Amino acid sequence: MTLEVAMAARAGQLALDVQFASSAAVTALFGPSGAGKTSVLNAIAGLLTPSRGRIVADGTVFWDAAGVNVPPHERRVGYVFQEGRLLPHLDVRVNLLYGRFFRRAAERSRDFDAVVSLLDLAHLLERRPRHLSGGEKQRVAIGRALLASPRLLLMDEPLASLDAPRKSEILYYIERLRDETRVPIVYVSHSVEEVVRLADTVVRMEAGRVVEAGPIFGRLEGGAVVETRVASHDLAWGLTRLAFAGGELYAADVDALVGERVRVRIRAQDVSLAVSRPSGVSMLNILEATVRSLDGSAGASVDVRLELAGAELLARVTRKSASELGIEPGKRVFALIKSVAIDRLSVGYA
Amino acid sequence: MTAAELDIVLLSLKVAFWAMLGTLPVALVLAFWLARREFPGKALVDGVINLPLVLPPVVTGYLLLLTFGRNGAIGAFLEQHLGITFAFRWSGAALAAAVMGLPLAVRAMRQAIEAIDRRLEDAAATLGASPPWILLTVSLPLAVPGILNGLLLSFARSLGEFGATITFVSSIPGETQTLPLAIYNFTQVPGGDSAAWRLCVLSIALSLGALVLSEWLARAARHRVHA
Repeated sequence: MTLEVAMAARAGQLALDVQFASSAAVTALFGPSGAGKTSVLNAIAGLLTPSRGRIVADGTVFWDAAGVNVPPHERRVGYVFQEGRLLPHLDVRVNLLYGRFFRRAAERSRDFDAVVSLLDLAHLLERRPRHLSGGEKQRVAIGRALLASPRLLLMDEPLASLDAPRKSEILYYIERLRDETRVPIVYVSHSVEEVVRLADTVVRMEAGRVVEAGPIFGRLEGGAVVETRVASHDLAWGLTRLAFAGGELYAADVDALVGERVRVRIRAQDVSLAVSRPSGVSMLNILEATVRSLDGSAGASVDVRLELAGAELLARVTRKSASELGIEPGKRVFALIKSVAIDRLSVGYA
Repeated sequence: MTAAELDIVLLSLKVAFWAMLGTLPVALVLAFWLARREFPGKALVDGVINLPLVLPPVVTGYLLLLTFGRNGAIGAFLEQHLGITFAFRWSGAALAAAVMGLPLAVRAMRQAIEAIDRRLEDAAATLGASPPWILLTVSLPLAVPGILNGLLLSFARSLGEFGATITFVSSIPGETQTLPLAIYNFTQVPGGDSAAWRLCVLSIALSLGALVLSEWLARAARHRVHA
């Protein structure tokens, strides 16, 4: 499934001019509030009409300035809104079945009971939306979108209105969804943690424009994301050994089983560089890497992009050190990462 | 209550009921139109609907007589082609009451429709509901408390209608003489005081009953929609 968006539109004060394509299982639209992320989702869903451009999903042209405009109810996109938007006059069961009712039997790809058990909704079915907690509302909203048998699932900051424990609860369900249902998801968020945990492709937006679009690994602002697998737990020291193509990393006590995939975000400022293998340092994580490029030559610091067997890392060092160590593209270096600097919050299960 | 009094009460209820029922589709369409569409002359349409509120009822009644009377443009057409007569019939009393109550009904329904969260309609659209289905399963159910309120206002207004009715269909006992008209009639004849007084008490009881019922229904409907 491929999604192609090229559109210009006015949304309130904002002039949108957005272009990206993605065939990832989860595409994140990432950026600060007011960047126009929700407007892009609305245009994909048909709730906002662009002024020019073209929106194609799964080979179906949803909208084209040349005169195609599939109405929202025929697009078959499931939309999970930030504030749930459950129908207040209907109970949870009818809310869940609402979208399903409008699909022909042949298009109904989801089994009601399977969705109810995937999202643990069985005990809520007879309730009215008013008597649900924030997290329960979002689970029902996700189930309702799924049961409409969408070709594409749009999620607009589904965790924004929830407190921290609810957030991680819903995040867990969204992960199950991604891994078990195979419906591609476009996920809008301004939270790095959510994006790292869920997304494969990131479209970074600012002030109505796409700043950067591509695979998540190695590309997140101010750092890099590395996908690893839990190799072993070292109970004596409270450490977890994480293996990936470029080597091994130690992280403090990661809450995952051996063999599980874990995404780690490593911030650029937590990575130092050495030109020879250092000894007598406290850092556990020392990885050999090749310098690929240097960016941001203005100012005192420079971001050095490193490559290690397919994975990428970003190191922020002073321009003075970079110059004195002779760091340039192609050079072999050692990256020193503080194991404790691996952000627990951003450790995700993939 | 005497048999004659009972007849008057039943006639009043019949007139008010049919006025309310006839108002429903017209008021609903007008309310949706005014709440959801922008068009040139909207203020004028709004004004015309509200005219019966400010016009002397006798003017409304006279205009009805001119258009729906036997020689009126619409009245003559209806009588010749459809066999429907309003002039000097109870149906004419219902028509007069409906016209007088229409602005109240439209206002209540329009407010309810304007209060509907449009984002819920968007959500229904993404779930596959076409505009008619959205209207049927989201917009109308959410507007039900306002719609009921509008209907009951129309009903209550009909029970009290006097000026337009007496001008349009006169005060014919057993046909167009509703409670207010009968009361007026008794006050105009010598020795009719006690009969008028008895009807006044009935009128108060009826109106109070309608108001209590409307409050109860509105509360039940709100509970259904927002619970």
